[in-house]
Amino acid sequence: MSESTTAAPTSGGASPKVSRISEAVIRIAGNSQDGIQAIGGFLARLAGRSEQEVMTFMTIPATISGGPSIFQVRIGSGEVLSAGDEADLLLAFYQHSYEGHINSLKKGGIVLYDADHCTPKPEWQESYHHIGINISSLTVEAIGGTGRDKGKNIYSMGLLAKMFDLNVPKLMKLIEERFGGKDPTIVQNAVTCFNAGYSHSLEKAVEIYQFNEGVHKGGNQVVMNGNEAIAYGLIAAGVRFGAGYPITPWSDIMELLRKELPKYGGTFVQCEDEIAAVSMAIGASYAGRVAVTGSSGPGISLKTEAIGWAVMAEMPLVVIDVQRGGPSTGMPTNVEQSDLNIACFGGHGDSPRVVIAPANVEDCFYMAIEAVNIARKYSVPVLFLTDQGIATRIEAFPEPNLEQICQDISPDLTPVTDHKPYDLSANDGITRHLAPGTRVGSGKYPVVTGLEHDELGHPTGSPKLHVQMGAKRRNKIKKLGADLPLPKVYGPNEGQILLVSWGSSQGPVREAVDRARAAGEAISALHIKYLNPLPNDLDKIFSGFKHIFVVELNDEGLYGYGQLCAILRARYCNASIRGITKVDGLTWKVKEILDNAHKLAK
Amino acid sequence: METFAFPFQPLSRTGSLNTAPVPPIADADRKGLTKKEVAADHPTWCPGCGDFSVLALYFKLIEKRKMWHEKITTVAGIGCSSRFPYFVQAHGAHFIHGRALPFASGISLSRPDLHVFVFGGDGDAFSIGGNHFTHTARKNIKMTYVVMDNQVYGLTKKQTSPTSPMGFKSKTDIWGSSDRPINPVKQAVSMGATFVGRTTSTNPNHVLQMMEAAMDHDGFSFIQCLSECIEFFPGAFDSANPRKGGKFDLIPEGHDVTDEYAAYKLADEPFPGQFGIFYKNSRPTKNQNEAKLIASHREKVKDAKDWQILQKNFDRMK
Repeated sequence: MSESTTAAPTSGGASPKVSRISEAVIRIAGNSQDGIQAIGGFLARLAGRSEQEVMTFMTIPATISGGPSIFQVRIGSGEVLSAGDEADLLLAFYQHSYEGHINSLKKGGIVLYDADHCTPKPEWQESYHHIGINISSLTVEAIGGTGRDKGKNIYSMGLLAKMFDLNVPKLMKLIEERFGGKDPTIVQNAVTCFNAGYSHSLEKAVEIYQFNEGVHKGGNQVVMNGNEAIAYGLIAAGVRFGAGYPITPWSDIMELLRKELPKYGGTFVQCEDEIAAVSMAIGASYAGRVAVTGSSGPGISLKTEAIGWAVMAEMPLVVIDVQRGGPSTGMPTNVEQSDLNIACFGGHGDSPRVVIAPANVEDCFYMAIEAVNIARKYSVPVLFLTDQGIATRIEAFPEPNLEQICQDISPDLTPVTDHKPYDLSANDGITRHLAPGTRVGSGKYPVVTGLEHDELGHPTGSPKLHVQMGAKRRNKIKKLGADLPLPKVYGPNEGQILLVSWGSSQGPVREAVDRARAAGEAISALHIKYLNPLPNDLDKIFSGFKHIFVVELNDEGLYGYGQLCAILRARYCNASIRGITKVDGLTWKVKEILDNAHKLAK
Repeated sequence: METFAFPFQPLSRTGSLNTAPVPPIADADRKGLTKKEVAADHPTWCPGCGDFSVLALYFKLIEKRKMWHEKITTVAGIGCSSRFPYFVQAHGAHFIHGRALPFASGISLSRPDLHVFVFGGDGDAFSIGGNHFTHTARKNIKMTYVVMDNQVYGLTKKQTSPTSPMGFKSKTDIWGSSDRPINPVKQAVSMGATFVGRTTSTNPNHVLQMMEAAMDHDGFSFIQCLSECIEFFPGAFDSANPRKGGKFDLIPEGHDVTDEYAAYKLADEPFPGQFGIFYKNSRPTKNQNEAKLIASHREKVKDAKDWQILQKNFDRMK
């Protein structure tokens, strides 16, 4: 963490020295109702307002209430690509937080613990720098007994602010904004707590840290998590109808859309089940409004029949899948990227659809818009594969120009003289969906259907038409594949190792490449956002490398390949494509990726 | 009825549909449609199927009420009766088994300018789609749902249906069904449907009368229409057909249609029971509730453009 040390003491006698740092990883461990996510949120937001990059990672327990919970925030002056392998500082509220997370702390790191609930172990005194503060009782002392130890998160934030020399006026403003709408005494209490923490003597601390100046990129940064970015992206794209059923970690998106959409004249319906939700969204899409539904693993399984219908009937639809640990109910609050197969192939018969995956929070916003536009242009369901890792991760990114971005996709009811919903002579098989309510001059009205059909939508058992219609549905997806941009290689186009990633693995993979290249290795990375169809010509990129390793969070599979790895091998018949996979429910550590790559490349 | 208007106007787009637009005809200049103009494919039903009658009366309803193709949409799930949309010359959708109601709800909630008619059978409605029947009724989403009840699975060639009488012999109950059948009218009333009617395809005037009343009802309107399967359960409804020696009893005029308990009592009478409107009440529809919610939210943002509303959220996240 520390890069240079200056002997510039702060005021007072035996003050710690000040070190300048470029980044820090802070892990906060407590129980789920201690408000540790709030501290993480404050720090992340502060970083966003301080020209610094930020990335957070959190785990929440799958229990109904209480239970151990962590929040990790990595703040940096440069580009932050992952939530960090090891923590520089651990803030532990309880014995279990201390014992359970000390291993995540780097040797020589600082453990700041609540001395009211936590007794440090002698054997760890050597390896880590221990600072014990009676956080709970000092909080009660600061704001009086009525609040008990509620507010210890804000008190701790005061401690951290002192330790990392954070911008206090900006933090105060954030506190006011966060608690402003409520009872004025709440803001007052929060400010008191913060000040008490900030003024607590840190004589036990060895150093005070100051972040290097961030690079001013021009313009503002916005700070949000992946689920928020998706919801706002959908709104910007013009989505005004959605339907869903609660499931972790998708629920945040539906809750936010339910709250926001009425302002835009739209609505979101909580349905009786997943099947009703997808059906209702398809109904609204049929009615002319490209609608959204979404879920996580098990919910997507339930939706697959209807998604197949949308492929067959050529209906636009956006399906968000916030992937979590599977199979079945699996690990609801942990990350995994194991729904790729169901997204690409789930359903009976041949039903080609589009699958895309964002790499980070900023991508969640822009790719949600892209999902809507692809769905409309190709009249096809688009599966949007995000994951628990991005869903709850807070990142800062440049503020979008909303005036230019926001689009209106209200139904086009301009009368037409003639219309065939499944016109076989359409260019590349792409036909626009005609919303009900549109007058057709010829008097011949379309029926949309899941039965194999003729050009007007009427059922047919004709072998010839089944072949032709199947080709139509396939060809429009192939056309999209041909139009997709080829992803750029991160690093040189040739070398020993190419690390291929998709979804939230992009950051750690890039960091791995940076680290290995700094050590002189010939390694590059490729991130694929369009997973079905794949962009054309990926093989040309692969031909520049001796080893191609696909880094993904799913099981190695029956034959030793992860899900994307198997798809790439099947498409390119390239035996140099191999997989680096894991399913421990946690995001990638840079070290894990490199260790695996080195082992396989031997 | 409160109007439920989305605030934005349709755009003219560059990627227009595959043919040149035709000028719209002012409503006043238009004549009502003739049966010929609303009939599409010849139905694939077996000769003698009760569903023919319901289709003919749907045409008659469109003709009589001067509805135009583009003002209605016909939706169905899976089953013999669910082939309905193909036989009607209007916008239509043939959705997956049991899910016609949520699909129709999506249309109804997002497009208040359309009247949504849903047609289905007893398996589609009460078995695989049972959950949706409950919740669409509970939410009182505006649409008309006509279930052509033949008390048997016809498309898959004679299996037991949720309305098959006890003792009914089918391929899945070769010794006779031992399950108690559903009483669709009682179920609909208890779930919160705001219009519950019952009719039989052998009495065309009554079917038309029921469909008209259902269409005029602002809310979820449900009609159980007995419709004989000539192939797999012939004679099932003879007792409701005076021409076959049965009786067709109308609900007595004194019946209070707003009284739930009276509706249960009537619905409990032994088969074939009575015909007409069992229950009809006025309760805000989900369409109205959502429109109200939107109106109050729109009031707060006044004339702000969409991007400006979104900008406010983004400003808070800086």
